[in-house]
Amino acid sequence: MRVVVDFDLCESNAICMQIAPDVFEVRDDDFLYILEENPGEDRRAVVEQAVQRCPKQAISLED
Amino acid sequence: MVRSAVTIVGASLAGYWAAETLRRDGFEDRISLIGDEPHAPYDRPPLSKKYLAGDLDDDRLALTTTEKLADLQLDLRLGCSATGLDVAGRTLEVDGAVEPFDGLVIATGTRCRTLPGTVGLAGVHTLRTRDDAAAIRDALADGARRLMVVGAGFIGAEVASTAIGRGVEVTMVEALEAPFGRVLGVEMGAVMADVHRHHGVDLRTGVGVDEVLGEGRVTGVRLADGATLEVDLLVVGIGVVPNTEWLEGSGLTLDDGVVCDGTCLAAPGVVAAGDVARWPNPRYDGLMRVEHWDNAVQQGVHAARRLLQSDEEATPFAPVPWFWSDQYDRKVQLAGRPHPDDEVRVVAGSTAEHRFAAFYGRDGRFTAALGMNRPRQVMQSKGLLEAGASWEEALAFASEWD
Repeated sequence: MRVVVDFDLCESNAICMQIAPDVFEVRDDDFLYILEENPGEDRRAVVEQAVQRCPKQAISLED
Repeated sequence: MVRSAVTIVGASLAGYWAAETLRRDGFEDRISLIGDEPHAPYDRPPLSKKYLAGDLDDDRLALTTTEKLADLQLDLRLGCSATGLDVAGRTLEVDGAVEPFDGLVIATGTRCRTLPGTVGLAGVHTLRTRDDAAAIRDALADGARRLMVVGAGFIGAEVASTAIGRGVEVTMVEALEAPFGRVLGVEMGAVMADVHRHHGVDLRTGVGVDEVLGEGRVTGVRLADGATLEVDLLVVGIGVVPNTEWLEGSGLTLDDGVVCDGTCLAAPGVVAAGDVARWPNPRYDGLMRVEHWDNAVQQGVHAARRLLQSDEEATPFAPVPWFWSDQYDRKVQLAGRPHPDDEVRVVAGSTAEHRFAAFYGRDGRFTAALGMNRPRQVMQSKGLLEAGASWEEALAFASEWD
């Protein structure tokens, strides 16, 4: 599974960081950084929640 | 409790995610999704922002792609309204025709309050739906020059922000002493007011609207303080009311929404989610109804699962609510549930620079975190709120910032 962020849509609400802090980080510069582009299968449910709850629908998963 | 078929009334955020969740969790029987708008499920937050500015087309507004929607294999009925419900008889009325239901998700949301005496007056708008937003967008494109926004809540603030960005003259009228004052209190409300004025909005607080002027089309507004202003576009953002009229006599408890138990169950086999649902969140006292985007997503998911669970399996719905609002170049976020007279402390940045985080506390409890262009800190704070951190613990955590 690969995490893809559309940075044209992302507005750094940081909800993804709260849900999956090992995968997403919004830093003090207010930009989102992907910490783990290929999370393990055990993280799928959590990352899917981040996809679902991103207010800008900027995150997607590619298998 | 496994249902043989589920009907979802309301095809916006909560209804869509209820349907998606049922399929994701393996529910294979019929799912009917009934929506009174003619459009496939779409996202509302951009309506007062990018969509209003004309920077987002209808396709990008959709909650999901046509392919993914088709994959859910829904009995999707758009442009249809539920008109009645009989819980004991297990029947639903759709556009006057009675049909049976087995499991039911109520997600009919809310509608805008209107200003008395303005119905049918051209140039007066509320903003809830895609069609509402398109009408305001077109009015701006057609050369509206003087916009008045009544109400300085989310809708008012975001419409003002978008219109200022298009070079329109904007007056904002708020009956309270400060924008968001009822939620954020006086001190932070004043910061919000400063942001509006900084961007050129003529913000008038503590004053109501006496009369909307114009024959057939709005030409002006007379305020309660006697001031009369020329206006060619009026957007009214004075709150919403839950859409529950169709449920009168259904057997459900209605009180500013559909009253549910802590698990989102309103009656056996009937759940409610999103803006219309009122439930006892175990984190807070009393019943709660939340009109925010994230709540609609999460409650849609929770309520759908509740339908398929036994009473023993059911879990309470206990989120820490949060919202965001994009105004001008500022992102406002609030996590938690402040009381307007809670103690407020700025814990990072500065309110003068319009970039800060502030904590709300009461009786040793940490109740909420407000941020302006501070998403990292707000979301870390949301974690603290979920963990039940005390006021002292929260302040200690924030002392590491900056």
